[in-house]
Amino acid sequence: MIHAEGLTKDFVGHKETVHAVRGIDLHVERGETVAVLGPNGAGKTTTMRMLTTLTTPTAGTARVAGFDVQRDPAQVRRRLGYVGQGNGAGHGQRALDELYSQGVTFGLGRRESRARAQELMDGLDLAGKERTKVSDLSGGQRRRLDVAMGLMHAPELLVLDEPSTGLDPHNRANLWEHIGQLRRERAMTLLLTTHYLDEADAMAERVVIVDHGSIIADDTPERLKSQHAGDRLTVTAGGTEYAVRLAELLSSWTGTGQVEVAGATVTAGVAAGSTRVAELVRAADAHGILLADIQVRRPTLDDVFLTLTGRSLRETGATHEAEEAAA
Amino acid sequence: MSTTTLTQSPAPTAEPTTEPPRRSLARDTGIVLARELRPVLGDPFSVIFSLIQPLFFLGLFGPLLVGNLEAGVPGGSVWQWFVPAIIVMISLFGSSTVGANLLFELQTGAHERMLVTPLGRSSLLVGRALKEIVTLVVQALIIVLVMLPFGFTLYPVGAVLGLALLAVLGVGISSLSYALALAVRKQDWMFWIVQQTLVFPLMILSGMLLPLEGGPGWMQALAKVNPLTYIVDAERALFAGDLGAPAVLWGFVAAGLTAVVGLWLGIRSMRHSD
Ligand SMILES: Nc1ncnc2c1ncn2[C@@H]1O[C@H](COP(=O)(O)OP(=O)(O)OP(=O)(O)O)[C@@H](O)[C@H]1O
Ligand SMILES: [Mg+2]
Repeated sequence: MIHAEGLTKDFVGHKETVHAVRGIDLHVERGETVAVLGPNGAGKTTTMRMLTTLTTPTAGTARVAGFDVQRDPAQVRRRLGYVGQGNGAGHGQRALDELYSQGVTFGLGRRESRARAQELMDGLDLAGKERTKVSDLSGGQRRRLDVAMGLMHAPELLVLDEPSTGLDPHNRANLWEHIGQLRRERAMTLLLTTHYLDEADAMAERVVIVDHGSIIADDTPERLKSQHAGDRLTVTAGGTEYAVRLAELLSSWTGTGQVEVAGATVTAGVAAGSTRVAELVRAADAHGILLADIQVRRPTLDDVFLTLTGRSLRETGATHEAEEAAA
Repeated sequence: MSTTTLTQSPAPTAEPTTEPPRRSLARDTGIVLARELRPVLGDPFSVIFSLIQPLFFLGLFGPLLVGNLEAGVPGGSVWQWFVPAIIVMISLFGSSTVGANLLFELQTGAHERMLVTPLGRSSLLVGRALKEIVTLVVQALIIVLVMLPFGFTLYPVGAVLGLALLAVLGVGISSLSYALALAVRKQDWMFWIVQQTLVFPLMILSGMLLPLEGGPGWMQALAKVNPLTYIVDAERALFAGDLGAPAVLWGFVAAGLTAVVGLWLGIRSMRHSD
């Protein structure tokens, strides 16, 4: 469905050239759901804008839905649904009108378009807002309307740039339920970005991690996590000196790494950590180390990113504080 | 929580890469036009205001002209001379501000969303231009109705042709305005500076508000290369019922050229905007 080779985008400015995307190869098969993750400014939006014909690549080629984005942009646009990072719905328009316009634009009949618009408004918890001006909707309502516009014509390929940003948990769940249902019914192909890592983990069959304009990982979430990050063990010992001894003990184990002590708490990366809790308790007993609490955390996609780049995908400020506190 | 069953909807099913329906420029333009008109129709206050606004100008500027130009207006009646000019002026104001409406949609992402639909690029331009023309037709109608009691003579065929001429011009000017908005979208205040800097000299140098016959030679020379001059002359001929005047032909040539250049630039800037 998407076959991109060496996609590159440079923004040439007065003072400096921004290398937004540096040679991305991306292949998405029909029916696949692929999530693109990466920090702010990684080049996710720019990549999507090249794939959706909005921006011409500086170098590289892309075939989307069977057509070259540069030679046949009109053919690509007919087969595509795109929800950009901005507000697709015009602020001066009424909510239902925008959905309706979008429907007829993609060739739905009048009645069909009106019915489907209403259906999506009801389904995405926008009932009652049909005649409200888009500028008078709340941020989250507006975002749902944007996504609804992308869903109007149930495209074979749907490209979503941060569809769930600004939604409350209930509406996020509802949105994904909706998209998931469409996907199953229509065998839709989905390419999306999100900053909610749990969302990517749950929704996507494949996760592509982008950093500084390049793809640094591309695999199923499961494989990414098992290859690039082990379980994380957090053990609270009965006192500081116990913690130090526990850290020594853990360091001697095979398959452990990143052992850190903070007060009475020891954290360590342990391969298949959940299977080794019993062993840990026995060893601690044998060495006379008092334990207060043991927690095993399964790795997240953030741990994968952390391993790959040494940085966290989560709010950088927050992690710095956490790291300092831990040090 | 409400969860709809999306199967009910008759939207296209997942037949792999079915050929989507053919597009037609007229249909696409209609869609864009309807979208542009909807908010206007939903806001009666702004409609009434935009219809009455030209009357203020007519009411304040017209009597001054009558007082000062009674002898010197080509063709005799000041109103016959001035009404077509006012209609050109409103059309110029309307179509040259199309880009301003666009600026907002450029910032929010609505324009980007429309660029990723199968809408023909030219229909995005023409549809927005036509919205101004629809408004213009209604405004012109009101002006004419108001002026009839003051001795203005209406030649219906000429007037209809005159509006058609302005429609062609409007497509050109709106598209130029669109291209301007795309060009300055990162410094949006530039839009008004450029628009005002261009519109007022063009207006004055077309002999729209005051005859240029008494002006200096350089002004008359500039007027000769101003497409708007030919439009204004054509409109005056058409509104006087003089359908066969050479000025009419030149008016359509000028409007046609403006439309071609405008569309070309507009489509070009849409393709190259990133
Ligand atoms: N139109 C533009 N002109 C100049 N530079 C741009 C433009 N668009 C994007 N950039 C730059 O390109 C880089 C990538 O931006 P992009 O929007 O693709 O990031 P992103 O991964 O989508 O980030 P976010 O998560 O914040 O949405 C950034 O450094 C950005 O400043
Ligand atoms: Mg982005």
